[in-house]
Amino acid sequence: MTVLLFIEQVLNGLQFGVMLFLMAAGLTLVFGVMGLINLAHGSLYMIGAFAAAAVAGATGSFLLALAAALTAAAAAGALVEMLVMRRLYDRDHLDQVLATFALILIFSETTRWIFGSFPLFLDIPDWLSGPVSLPGGIEYSLYRLAIIGTGLAVAAALFWLISRTRLGIRIRAGESDREMIAALGIDISRLYTIVFALGAALAGLAGAMVGAIQSVQVGMGEPVLILAFVVIVIGGIGSIRGALVGALLVGLTDTLGGLLLPELFKLFMETSSASTTGSALASMLIYILMACVLIWRPRGLFGGSA
Amino acid sequence: MTRERLINTALLLGLLAVPLWAWVADEPFTITLATRVAILALAGVGLNIALGLGGLVSLGHAAFFGIGGYAMGILASHAQSFSPLMDSPVLIEGTKSMPVIWLVAIITSALAALVIGTLSLRTSGVYFIMITLAFGQMFYFFAISWPAYGGEDGLSIYVRNDFPGLNTLDPIQFFGICFAALALALWFNARLARSPFGLALNAARQNPTRVETIGLSPFRLRLTAFVISGAITGLAGALFADLNRFVSPTMFSWQMSGEIMVFIILGGVARLYGPVAGAALFITLEHMLGGLSEFWMIWLGLLLLLVVLFARGGVIGLLAGRQVAHD
Repeated sequence: MTVLLFIEQVLNGLQFGVMLFLMAAGLTLVFGVMGLINLAHGSLYMIGAFAAAAVAGATGSFLLALAAALTAAAAAGALVEMLVMRRLYDRDHLDQVLATFALILIFSETTRWIFGSFPLFLDIPDWLSGPVSLPGGIEYSLYRLAIIGTGLAVAAALFWLISRTRLGIRIRAGESDREMIAALGIDISRLYTIVFALGAALAGLAGAMVGAIQSVQVGMGEPVLILAFVVIVIGGIGSIRGALVGALLVGLTDTLGGLLLPELFKLFMETSSASTTGSALASMLIYILMACVLIWRPRGLFGGSA
Repeated sequence: MTRERLINTALLLGLLAVPLWAWVADEPFTITLATRVAILALAGVGLNIALGLGGLVSLGHAAFFGIGGYAMGILASHAQSFSPLMDSPVLIEGTKSMPVIWLVAIITSALAALVIGTLSLRTSGVYFIMITLAFGQMFYFFAISWPAYGGEDGLSIYVRNDFPGLNTLDPIQFFGICFAALALALWFNARLARSPFGLALNAARQNPTRVETIGLSPFRLRLTAFVISGAITGLAGALFADLNRFVSPTMFSWQMSGEIMVFIILGGVARLYGPVAGAALFITLEHMLGGLSEFWMIWLGLLLLLVVLFARGGVIGLLAGRQVAHD
C-alpha cells in the first residue's frame, strides 16, 4: 500500500463523511427541535436524487438539476410535516417510528410507480469531470473534491444560521422550551415546517450530488439513512457540531477500515482468509464504533439531555 | 376483558380453521400462508414481551430472527453435506432434527440477546432504538460478508427437517407444529404477564424510580425480558427458515425488524393477541392487495399511517375498546 493510495482513501472518506453530514444535519435538527424520529429522511434523499436526474435528463443542466433537487425535497418535506408529522410531536417514539416507516413504503412505491424499477443515471457535468492534480502529485476526482467543498460550505453556513441569525435563535429557543417561545408570540408550527423543509432540502442536496456518482434508484435512501442515524447517535442527538464530527468519523472509519483491516490481518493470517475476515469486520466497523461510543457515553459525544 | 378474550378466541380458532378448510379443499398454498402467519405472529409475540410489557422499543429483533434462521441453516447444511461442524476438540455434527435445532436456536439467540441487552440497556429512549438497530445491522453485514455459509446468496436446504412422528413435508402437519409453538408462546406470555416478574416489569415501564425504591432492579427486569423476547423470536426464525427451506441475510435486515414491529402495532401494542391479529392482517393484505396491484405497498403504507394516526389501539383496540392503559 502506498502513501498516495492512503491519501486518496482519506479524501474518499472525507467526501463520504461530508455527504453523511448533509443527511445527519437535517435529522438531528428535526430531532433536536421537535423531538421527532424521522425514518422517512432517506426518502427525501431519494426524492432529491430523482428530481435531479429527471431535470438533468430534460434540460441537460446540472445546476438546474441541483435547484430542482433542493426544491422538490424541501416541498416534499414541508408537505409531510404539515400532513403527518404535526400530529406526531406529542406521541411516543414508537408511533413516530411506525408512521415514518409507513411513509417510506409510500414514497418508495410511488417513486417506483412513476419512474419504474430501473435505475436512472445522472451525469457529472463537463466542468466538474476529470481528475485534478493536488500538491504532492495526487490525482483526485474534481467532482468528489467539489462535494467535499460544498459540504464544508453548507456546514459553515448552517453554523452561521444557527448561531447568528434570528431564525437560528428561534430554532435554539424551540429546542430548549417550545411552550415558552410560543408564549412569546412566535408561530411555532411555521417554525417547525421551516426546520423540517430545511432538513429535507439538505437531504435532497446530498441525494442529488451522490446521484451523479452512484445510480439513482428506489431504496437508495435507506442505507444512507441508517448511517445518518449512526452519525447522529455517535455525535449526540440534536447537536450540529456532533453531527459534523460524527459524520467525518463514520466516513473515515468506513473507508479506511475497508482498506486497512485486511492489511492488518495479513500480518498474522494467510492472505485469503485475512482479506475475508478483514472485510467482514470492516463492514461491521462503524456499528462497532457506535456501540462503543454509546457504551462509553450513552448520550453520544456532544449530547446534552435528550 | 371479556370482549377482548372473545376476540382472541375467535382469532385463534380462525387461524386454526382456515388451514383445516384449505386442507380439506386441497389448497396447500393457503396452508402455507397460514403457516407464515403463525410463525411471524410467534416472532411478534417474542418482540411484544420486550416492547409491550417492558416498553423496550427494539428495532433490532431481526438479529434474533436471523440467528434462529442461521442456526437451522448451518446445522442442516452440515447434515445435508455430511461434514461435521467442528471436529476438534469435540466432534459436533450437523443435524436435521427440529427439536435439536430449536434448542440451539433458542440458546444462541438468548445468548445474543444477553450480550446485546447488557450493552443496549445502558441507554434509553431513542438511543435504545438506535443501538438495537446498529446491532441488527452488525449481524446483517456480517452475514453478507462472511462467505462460509453462502454470504449474500444465503443457504438452501433441500429437504425440510424432521420432527419425530410427523411428516414435516406435509403442509398441514408443519402448520400444526408452528401453531402449537405459537399457542405455547401465547400461553407462556399470558402467564408471564400475570407473574410477579411480569408485574414488576410492567411497573418498571411505568415508573422505574418507584420500582427501584422498593428494591427491584429495573435493569435486571428489562434484561430478563429482553433475553426471553430474543429467545422466542429466535425460535420463530428457525421455523421461518424451515418453512422456506432457505436462509439469507435478509432475515437480519432492518426492514425485517420493522415488519415484526408493524405486526404488533397493527394488532395493538401490549395486547396479548396483538401480534396474531397484526400478522394475520398483514399477510392477508399482502396477499390480497398484491393480487390487485403491483404497487400494493403504497396502500399498505397508507393503511399503516391511518392506524398510527387515528386507531391507536390497533385492530384489537378498535374491536375491544381501550381497556388496557397505555400510560
